[in-house]
Amino acid sequence: MNNLALSVNNLSFRYPGQAKDCVHDLSFEIFIGERFGLFGPNGAGKTTLMSLMVGLQKVKQGHIQLLGKDIRKDSAAIKHFIGYVPQDFAFYPELSPVENLDFFGAWSGLDKRTVKERTTSLLEVLGLSDVAHKPVKQFSGGMKRRVNLAIGVIHEPKILFLDEPTVGVDVQTRHAIIDYLKVLNAQGTTLVYTSHHLKEAEDLCERIALIDRGEMVAYDHLSQLLERHGSKDGLEELFLKLTGSAYRD
Amino acid sequence: MYKFTASITKELRLLLRDKVGLMIMFAMPVLLVLLITSIQISAFELVNNSKVKVLLCNKDKGKGSQEFLSYLNEVGRFDLINVDMTEDDRNVGDYLNDHDAFVALYIPEGFSDQIAKKAEFTAGKALVEFGINESPDTLKMVKVDSLTIYFHPVLQQSLRRSIQGALKSVIQLVESKSMLNALYFSINGKPMPASFEKEMFANQIGIKERTTSHNGSRTIPNAAQHNVPAWTIFAMFFMVISLGGNIVKEKLSGSFVRLKILPTNFIVGLLSKQLLYLMVAMSQVIVIFSMGVWLFPHIGLPALNIPHDWLALIVVSFICGLSAISYALCIGVYAKTQEQANGFGAISVVILATIGGILVPSFAMPKAFQFYMNLSPLHWCLEAYYGLFLEGGKLVDIMASVIPLLGSIVVLQLIAIIGLKKKNLI
Repeated sequence: MNNLALSVNNLSFRYPGQAKDCVHDLSFEIFIGERFGLFGPNGAGKTTLMSLMVGLQKVKQGHIQLLGKDIRKDSAAIKHFIGYVPQDFAFYPELSPVENLDFFGAWSGLDKRTVKERTTSLLEVLGLSDVAHKPVKQFSGGMKRRVNLAIGVIHEPKILFLDEPTVGVDVQTRHAIIDYLKVLNAQGTTLVYTSHHLKEAEDLCERIALIDRGEMVAYDHLSQLLERHGSKDGLEELFLKLTGSAYRD
Repeated sequence: MYKFTASITKELRLLLRDKVGLMIMFAMPVLLVLLITSIQISAFELVNNSKVKVLLCNKDKGKGSQEFLSYLNEVGRFDLINVDMTEDDRNVGDYLNDHDAFVALYIPEGFSDQIAKKAEFTAGKALVEFGINESPDTLKMVKVDSLTIYFHPVLQQSLRRSIQGALKSVIQLVESKSMLNALYFSINGKPMPASFEKEMFANQIGIKERTTSHNGSRTIPNAAQHNVPAWTIFAMFFMVISLGGNIVKEKLSGSFVRLKILPTNFIVGLLSKQLLYLMVAMSQVIVIFSMGVWLFPHIGLPALNIPHDWLALIVVSFICGLSAISYALCIGVYAKTQEQANGFGAISVVILATIGGILVPSFAMPKAFQFYMNLSPLHWCLEAYYGLFLEGGKLVDIMASVIPLLGSIVVLQLIAIIGLKKKNLI
């Protein structure tokens, strides 16, 4: 078995009724244990690409493989080792973090004892122990983000997809989330990450893919890309250089 | 198994925190059953059991009117209250309002004399026709002044006809008796003996009354027998607010999206949701039926008579619950917002209940509507319950209602699953 966590080959996707591809002929690879960033302006196709990689949208043209398994043929097996933290909160606001994790843990295929153990440790690590039994709807935005993250990682996925996991949170929460993601990565979890916080991305990601209008604009180690394009001021300068400064939405 | 129990626990927690949904599913139907049964009971009793209050103004003091009133009392349907009023409509209207009555009867002066003279004429004419007497010059036709009956404008036409029918039969009896007496007197020259008269009029042809049933049980239809099952069905279908809203919330909160990438078949989620709400439907049946059986008699309402075939009752309740759940599932899947689910769900249930005979019994509906009621699953639910509650039927006897109901469940479930697939939710 090779060391690829994910490989995307000639992937194209178009929503019904649209004239143009939302994702057009994309190919890239992510290695096991890597922290990979996916960037692009609004409407670039990042969330659609993420949806295709986690199986929320059906792949009709091209191929996606996760740990050597084809997403079209082995989707049931793939579901056991991937985790997804969507941009929008995806939990039951009426339930407490413990009750949410109890349900999503069971659906992730864990047994009751494991769910209980992992819930306790996750809430501890993410600073939610004190509010473990309060309804999530009473939480601040940052606390909700942490609950959203906890649900995505309770089954300890081998590949974790994160769609803007720190949007709308304060500096403290952002740092806490990034630090926790680094811990997860150190334990062997491959991270596939999108964000608009480019400084945060510089800190977290080893390699990146920059996409615009559904096409690949750049794809390499961050340091090599910066050097190649002469972007001394970092990812933000590179981003503007490659995607332009016009409004996108 | 843990997936299933965790799903049911999750649904139960969400349900218990949905206070409005619980109120709508339990408190509202309990109140509706109590209120509507209490209101209907007075109308039901007016038609079925209680006496009709009749204001009586008798300007005649003769034997004929006394006899007429005596027979009217024997009918047992009228509660006669003597008043002194004029024939003026407005005056009678005031009396009716003052006495909270719907009917008034005015007997004109000379009523008894006129009946007696009419009887003498008819008897004399009969004797001439039989060839017993020659035609006497004194034989003269007498016109009897009619009785006047006043109805309150709200009184139903059917009840008016029924009261008029009773009055006519009593008048006929008085006239026949008078005529027979006159005939006897003309032939024998003495009054008819009381014993003979009694013998003649006591030996009337009787009418037996039977209510049809499948097993010989005799459940007397009353407001409880209709209202309790009817409003239980209504309560079940009002699950649309809670279950429909629950599905919309899951769609909007993104939970469906997360569930889609987890290694558990969505059928587990759908089944656990439906199983929990089936338990809710059964709880509604237990609460509302228990109220009908035990509470109603204590508050002056007729008790609900539970059918003998318990198994059939449980099966029908399950099927009705499943039908309500399937409908709520459909609404939840296709509604885009919580407001749509609540608004459309509630209004559509009221419409389906109306055409389904929950609000107005189906036999009382216009013919044109009687076709549309077949489109309402609530109609088939009610028909199935009627088969058990009113006709004492067994499961096999109500198959004609159960089969369309099962068909509608399959169709609604398929529509819901197609909707979930089309919306890329499963």
